[in-house]
Amino acid sequence: MRGAFVRTLTALAADDPRIVLLTGDLGYMALEPFSERFPERFFNLGVAEQNMVGAATGMAEAGFVPFAYSIATFAALRPFEFIRNGPVWHRLPVRIVGCGGGFDYGPQGTSHHALEDLGVMRTLPGLTIVAPADHRQMATALAATWDVEGPVYYRIGKDDRTEVPGLDGRFRPGHAETVREGEDVLLLACGSITPEATKAADALAAGGVRAGVAVVASIQPAPVDDLVALLARVPVVLTVEAHVVSGGLGSLVAEIIAERGLGTRLVRCGVRTAPDGVSGSQAWMQAAHGLSAPALAETARAALDRRAG
Amino acid sequence: MPPAAATELSGAALRRTILQQSKRAGVGHIGSALSVADLVAALYGGVLNIPSPDHPDRDRFVLSKGHAVLAVYAALAIRGIIPVEQLDTYCGDGSLLGVHPEHVLPGIDFSTGSLGHGLSFGVGAALAARMQGSARRIFVLLSDAECNEGSVWESVMVANHHALANLIVMVDANGQQALGYTDDVLSLSPLDDRWRAFGWDVHVVDGHDIAGIAATIGRLDTTQGRPHVLIARTVFGKGVSYMERQIKWHYSPMSDAEYAQAMAEIEAGG
Repeated sequence: MRGAFVRTLTALAADDPRIVLLTGDLGYMALEPFSERFPERFFNLGVAEQNMVGAATGMAEAGFVPFAYSIATFAALRPFEFIRNGPVWHRLPVRIVGCGGGFDYGPQGTSHHALEDLGVMRTLPGLTIVAPADHRQMATALAATWDVEGPVYYRIGKDDRTEVPGLDGRFRPGHAETVREGEDVLLLACGSITPEATKAADALAAGGVRAGVAVVASIQPAPVDDLVALLARVPVVLTVEAHVVSGGLGSLVAEIIAERGLGTRLVRCGVRTAPDGVSGSQAWMQAAHGLSAPALAETARAALDRRAG
Repeated sequence: MPPAAATELSGAALRRTILQQSKRAGVGHIGSALSVADLVAALYGGVLNIPSPDHPDRDRFVLSKGHAVLAVYAALAIRGIIPVEQLDTYCGDGSLLGVHPEHVLPGIDFSTGSLGHGLSFGVGAALAARMQGSARRIFVLLSDAECNEGSVWESVMVANHHALANLIVMVDANGQQALGYTDDVLSLSPLDDRWRAFGWDVHVVDGHDIAGIAATIGRLDTTQGRPHVLIARTVFGKGVSYMERQIKWHYSPMSDAEYAQAMAEIEAGG
């Protein structure tokens, strides 16, 4: 996803001189396609994320479209007030790029696990939030949103190989993308964990459960109408996110179910516990929090059993 | 924007409005606004190049210590950027003139109010001006206590590294902050040496000498070299005897008697 981001941004920058890339001294072996082609529009501003976001605001006021890149925790959480008081308050086209949303940085440990970024970013009206599910959707989503009015937060992953079956890179702002039909249970996923949701749907299908899957990469603006339509067709929905269960996709769907008075039962799959010092690979971390495909399938079966019982 | 008559945009004229509007609205932050009045008078009295408030090549000004913005509102009114009558909406319901500045108001380039943000805006604005080949300059007014914020020093480092000669910082060094004197709360003395150690071109000036401030800025090379900082020695509450150097006047509003005395002292002091 990160490679797709940089390739797409570099191609866009060739056509639009307003695009500038800033980094907080991260992106080794990733940002070079841009930095080598456009050295005059690339700034490593050092390990100083607050200044980076403020500086991006100053550049945007002058007409540039700056992308401010770091690991998601450092891009979104450290300078949160600068994002609020800078591009959000000033309604300027700064793009915050958080790499490694979720457990992508697995063994790097708790400091590098971005599990709260969607939640805090969703508190900011006027901020577009995009969390692509794979590298093809990353490219499409960036091309579709890089020039929108106001600021954007991109929550991106590191995996540039895995593809979500049936997604084919589709992305539309304010819409959900269905990748698999199924009327027994619906899995809604965002970000790099999405392949676990599609594998869980495969496992459920093998057991005779018809599971649908839709990708919610446009977190803000939220695909409210699409989700209402999807939720109306199923008795049970699982939200699947490498994020704490409050504030992110699960909360978004809960808000829609409650505000629209829908009868769908919601099961939020995500992180529910405080950091305990234990870390491992991305897959291991995801499994430890019940987010592996087998665990998701089991959660879906249990929810359906409860309903039947 | 029509040129302002020198007699109009004086420190006394700004102080008159600061006192009038603070009294009318019944709010504080008077001492801070009086502290920067002469720095603001220097900026809007001739230093800032503002052909129009939305001209792309105008000089930018960031009032990072946003709580002193009443001094800027007064200057904007005198310069005709906002109507004088709009000053009477200060702190009113539905007003664009709050205690801290909003960029939606003509003449305000950046919203502030949370200390430690403004210099980062200035760094980006200065980089942008350089990329665009513009001769415009970026002015940022900080408070000395604002330099408690670690984010200020992030920006100080970056500005020096990128040799942002088009960036001019003024530090309103009145030696006070909300709850005490800066040397008692969190000392940054000697402030000029600290900026010098970070590679800046440092000038210690009398923050109430409008001609001296303008002359110092006029001598700066803003085309190449280091970023510039004026450590402006100021008196908190300057011009009103009972407010000068008094912590109380960071927050307190004036009684009727205090207001009358303050106005009389400004008129007498000119």
